[in-house]
Amino acid sequence: MNTKPYEQQIHFWGRCSLVIALLMFIAYPLLSCLIFNAWPRPVDVLAGLLAIAPVYWTVGIIEALTFSPMLGSGGSYLGFVTGNLTAMKVPAVLRAMQLMDVKPNTEEGEVVSTIAVAVSSIVTTTILFFGMLLLTQLTPILESPVLAPAFDNILPALFGGLAVVFISKNWKIAITPLLAMLLLFLFMPGLAGAVSLLVPVSALLTIGVARLLYKKNLI
Amino acid sequence: MPFQVNHPMLFGLAALVILFVLFQSIFFLRKAWKHALELGLSSQKLREMSISTAVFTIAPAVAILIGLITLSKFLGLPLPWLRLSVLGALTYELPAATAAAEAMHTPINSAVTDPAVYNAIAWVMTLGILSGILLILFFQKKMAQGMHKMKTKDERWSAILMDSLFLGMISAFLGMIFKDLNHGLAGWIPVFVLLFSAMLMLICGLFVKIFKWRWLENYAMPISMLGAMAFAIPLTAWIG
Repeated sequence: MNTKPYEQQIHFWGRCSLVIALLMFIAYPLLSCLIFNAWPRPVDVLAGLLAIAPVYWTVGIIEALTFSPMLGSGGSYLGFVTGNLTAMKVPAVLRAMQLMDVKPNTEEGEVVSTIAVAVSSIVTTTILFFGMLLLTQLTPILESPVLAPAFDNILPALFGGLAVVFISKNWKIAITPLLAMLLLFLFMPGLAGAVSLLVPVSALLTIGVARLLYKKNLI
Repeated sequence: MPFQVNHPMLFGLAALVILFVLFQSIFFLRKAWKHALELGLSSQKLREMSISTAVFTIAPAVAILIGLITLSKFLGLPLPWLRLSVLGALTYELPAATAAAEAMHTPINSAVTDPAVYNAIAWVMTLGILSGILLILFFQKKMAQGMHKMKTKDERWSAILMDSLFLGMISAFLGMIFKDLNHGLAGWIPVFVLLFSAMLMLICGLFVKIFKWRWLENYAMPISMLGAMAFAIPLTAWIG
């Protein structure tokens, strides 16, 4: 029987599984090169990386710093391997914690977050597997122009519901960042492509407002 | 070995990685579930929460499936299947693959035939997203310890800080939804969808309060999300 405290176990297994996952992710292109005996020119890989890495590495670091406190350790180890954080895992965790009436940064919040990320990941993997098997039949339906607006609007549909739950509870804290972001995107719509980079800006602003209100005993 | 984007070996490789990550999810799920019961959380509530999470996940997962279809025309099935099942996100994989292809002057409107180009794209997609995972690998324990320390120092502020992080993220995404307002009425569609989703959530909340339909609480999020997505169809036909 494992007698280590839960938290220590999570860090141990989290790190082990992350290392294995990393090796497996790298194994795919590596083995593909070996199997087909086709090695890309390093300059091509570098050119591709230069086109995307400056933004995506920054986004990755920002996501790790912003989402990790929300997801807790188990949720982070699993969430950063299984991906799809912004539009799936993080909202799923927020809602799960609210349903279970637990708070992040508590033991209860930690386990609920891990369960939500795991369930979400298992469901996604299953849907993608069966979706892939039935791709020929599903493609005309999923790519039909009739359904396109529904999938184009997945983010507003997701964040509308979430906003009601979280903003109604903390409207005093929420009002300033909400207005700031709204004005920012209204006047600089081109920033939409860099929304992930703006999440920490908005988070820092919110924390600043919250600290001020907290110090003045207004929340 | 002759290359093709849907080679069985590539399917085998992708399946192996996905199976490992699936196993990892099940392993963590079991561990967390067991500890949740030890902490005194009700197993029935945990089951209800899990079902609610599963239902909520369906719509974004179907959106990911559409991304898989898009990428498969260019990269075949195994690589997008792997990238979108684990690690990646829809918002990342498509631009990453496109940028990599453009850097190599490869068109993205037909399947890749050159294995060296395919492998270069696979390398770029893999290496281009590793920063987050590396940060978690090396610093998650330290970050968790920092959060615990803060909680011990001032528990109330720690809770407010967490709420602020959520609200900061939600505010950024809510703000983004207003980005197309100067595109005329069509630019308002996402805003109307957002408001419709919020309204559905409010109605669900009212039903839970007035009729004591506690079960509805578990499905309020999927209902508001799917309802608003469905609302976008006639709305776009009308306005767009």
